[in-house]
Amino acid sequence: MKILGKVSVVALGILVSSGPLRADDQSEREARWKDIETSLFGARVVQNGDGVIALDAPVRADDASLVPMGITLSAKQPVKSLYLVIDDNPAPVAAHYTFGPAADPREIKMRVRVNTYTNVHVVAELADGTLLETEKFVKASGGCSAPMGMSDEEAMKGMGEMRVKFAGDATPSKPVDATLMVRHPNFNGMQMNQLTRMYTPARYIQTIAVSDGPQKVFDLETGISLASNPVINFAFVPTGKGQLKVDVTDSENSHWEKTVPVPTLSN
Amino acid sequence: MVAVKQWVENMRLDRRKALFGTFCLCCLPTIGRTAAFKVEEVAPGVFIRRGVDEDATPQNRDAIANIGFIVGRDSVLVTDSGGSLGDGLWLRETIKATTAKPIKYVVLSHIHPDHIFGAAAFVPDDPVFIGHAKLRAALETRGEFYRDKLSEIIGVDQVGPLVRPTLEIADGGEVDLGGRIIGFKAHGPAHTMCDLSMLDRQSGLLLPADLLFVSRIPALDGSLLGWLKELETLKAMGAAKAVPGHGAVCVDFARAASDLTRYLTVLRDGVRTQIKQDGSLQQAIKTVGAAERSNWLLFDDYNVRNVTQAYKELEWE
Repeated sequence: MKILGKVSVVALGILVSSGPLRADDQSEREARWKDIETSLFGARVVQNGDGVIALDAPVRADDASLVPMGITLSAKQPVKSLYLVIDDNPAPVAAHYTFGPAADPREIKMRVRVNTYTNVHVVAELADGTLLETEKFVKASGGCSAPMGMSDEEAMKGMGEMRVKFAGDATPSKPVDATLMVRHPNFNGMQMNQLTRMYTPARYIQTIAVSDGPQKVFDLETGISLASNPVINFAFVPTGKGQLKVDVTDSENSHWEKTVPVPTLSN
Repeated sequence: MVAVKQWVENMRLDRRKALFGTFCLCCLPTIGRTAAFKVEEVAPGVFIRRGVDEDATPQNRDAIANIGFIVGRDSVLVTDSGGSLGDGLWLRETIKATTAKPIKYVVLSHIHPDHIFGAAAFVPDDPVFIGHAKLRAALETRGEFYRDKLSEIIGVDQVGPLVRPTLEIADGGEVDLGGRIIGFKAHGPAHTMCDLSMLDRQSGLLLPADLLFVSRIPALDGSLLGWLKELETLKAMGAAKAVPGHGAVCVDFARAASDLTRYLTVLRDGVRTQIKQDGSLQQAIKTVGAAERSNWLLFDDYNVRNVTQAYKELEWE
């Protein structure tokens, strides 16, 4: 588990993310995904989910340390959990969401690091245990080892600060869109300080739990593939209690939490 | 520094061998194709070479920035060193062909490869390498990374070693070339986190390096709001003419600054609007800046990352 990239590296004159295409052919990519699939789901069958799951990912990422991923789900039955897998990243599972009763998992957006040209897979697990997948090929490179644009100390400033934004007022039992922002460098351990010849130790967010009052929205397990200062767009169905709570823990066992009032439409 | 000197010496020996046919000339950091470049005297004693409006390629050897030198009564200051060892060697030979005065100062205007990798060519002159006080830290963080990436494009022997600043400017400073004072200003986060501008007091010429882009789309790698602020600082210096880091070698500063300000403002306002309307980063990337497309070269290569940078900065407002 190693990696990093806080601020993307813009080197004038060098398009850093346009790295060389690996020689891996299609069959190698398929074998890689088979391995990951087996380790995650064992012998369970994963069906083609095209038409139910849509993954919006750039064909070519302009900034490999901050690649936006949008997942849209239109399953008829409830979605239990969701995996975002970047096959060729050092730690492929970028995100595993487990949804609770207050979730409205129709659309999730997040930003990840992409280390090399890779397939990206989304797998949704439905309430009856059905597994559905879709994939996209993304051209990006260096998103994991790209150095930060600032010192480690500066990158850690304000670590754990959180913001939650809502798209308008919430009406109980109607879904509302929310944006969660967390300040955290998400050091991945792949960045070397040229002076000390030491790698900045990995320190990254492992879990983010969001709940609306007593009702869970989602639990997210994540790791070094998450971009620094992560931002997650999601939707939930307010229960009317009016309190959204966010819990974040990182690999150093630091814990931050924030509770914000859900702006509720009075009627 | 001794190692660097040796390295440069070796390169020079290799070049000599090349002349005797031992090596393929095109594989060494000679003046090669950059010989087609010329410096232009934009003010008395100020010579600037226009960089090409391209990204680094093996053919252009990363000679993409405007670089040059200022000649005083006693000594010479290199305004920026070039994008590769070959680019720096070319500039050094051009200086030697222009004046016998010693090269006493070499400026590293900021961290980007097209401005720093020519510096090693000047090590034999033992000059003072001048940079922003935050340049050293940026070199520690990114220098080798840039070196690797540039090596992939133009070859490791073309890139040359990293050179650290030996005179660090924290706020302001000046050097005297012999009756010719060059003033320095270390800026806050703007184009990058370590931008240094210069003012030649004799000619009144401003040399803001990449704080000023002309024709070529600006690349945002520091702070959008900071850049807009530092442009005001530069305007307050009152210079009529300036040498931008990219584009025409000498421009009317007010007009060029206003073009740059317009682009940055479009970026700022567009991204702010997206954030306010809960437009995602994806949405912002697809729309912001489109109106500026016809105004800049290499727009498609940089606008998306500029929007991304701006979004990351402004979403925390």
